[in-house]
Amino acid sequence: MKRLIAGLPFIAAVIFGGFFLWGLNPDRDPNEIPSVLISQPAPAFDLDPVPGLETPGLARSDLVGNERPVVVNVFASWCVPCRAEHAVLTRFVERDGMRLFGINYKDKPEDAVKWLNDLGNPYERIGSDLSGRTGIEWGLSGVPETFIVDGDGTVLFRYVGPVVGPDAVERFTTALTQAGALPNGAGS
Amino acid sequence: MRQLIFALCIGALPFAANAVEPDEMLTDPLLEQRAREISKDLRCVVCQNQDIDSSNAGVARDLRLLVRERLVAGDTDTQVIEYIRARYGDYVLLKPPLEPATYALWFAPIAFVLIGVFVGGGVLMSRRKQEAFEDLGAEDENTVSEILRQNEAGDAS
Repeated sequence: MKRLIAGLPFIAAVIFGGFFLWGLNPDRDPNEIPSVLISQPAPAFDLDPVPGLETPGLARSDLVGNERPVVVNVFASWCVPCRAEHAVLTRFVERDGMRLFGINYKDKPEDAVKWLNDLGNPYERIGSDLSGRTGIEWGLSGVPETFIVDGDGTVLFRYVGPVVGPDAVERFTTALTQAGALPNGAGS
Repeated sequence: MRQLIFALCIGALPFAANAVEPDEMLTDPLLEQRAREISKDLRCVVCQNQDIDSSNAGVARDLRLLVRERLVAGDTDTQVIEYIRARYGDYVLLKPPLEPATYALWFAPIAFVLIGVFVGGGVLMSRRKQEAFEDLGAEDENTVSEILRQNEAGDAS
């Protein structure tokens, strides 16, 4: 009994030390919100096109029945990181043949049109989510967010924040390759 | 007097002010009350650690509107919370649900208190037993009475 009590501080130190070690892990992001959508069917939605844009609107049915997994990117012209991400996504589309769909989140149509005219439009389809309700269906916490959706409508991957910088691009490329979303299977 | 009351009312305004804007509120005070209670249990996903009732973030406002919409549609409080939980997961609940995965979270504090009481009580009990003193030996008695006598002699002088 005495020995047990004498050992208690040591045991406590080991337990707390373990927690601290876990907490010190630089890869752990305490602000990360686990997504409930992964491996779940994509939510139902049907969005009209952005007025003044040739690109057609986006609905859940557009994500289903594709030969390869597709990418859904939630963006807005008022979102500064989206501007940086735009170049990365465009490169994925033009160089690697990724298929990209967009949800224009709470954006004024005229701003969105101007933004896409300035930067170019890599999106096959863009749905205009003026109310932000579709964003809630996707469990959105902010823009940009990017999802990879399988041909049967299952969400395979979610990236919160802009896919910008070597680490993010690498993670996203790995996810794309694993999902088989790139036609030549390559991508670097 | 009237001015004083007016001043007090103005002074109290900041405390009554809230993130919930007038255009969000429902006309039915009962439903609005329920919406407020539900909102207080839901976490804002942007400014974490704030409930959506007191958050000014855009998504929080959208969620508040959604909560009210569901209530007007006739959902119970539980149904509303489940609706949002289905989209944002357990993370959106400020009070984590009691499930096997969260047993450690819920019961660890009680367990620690019990361990503390048990160990602390054990230590105190064993110490009390030691305090029951035994008679001093003859030699110690002599020493003590010698010291006492010397002290008395010292005081008298």
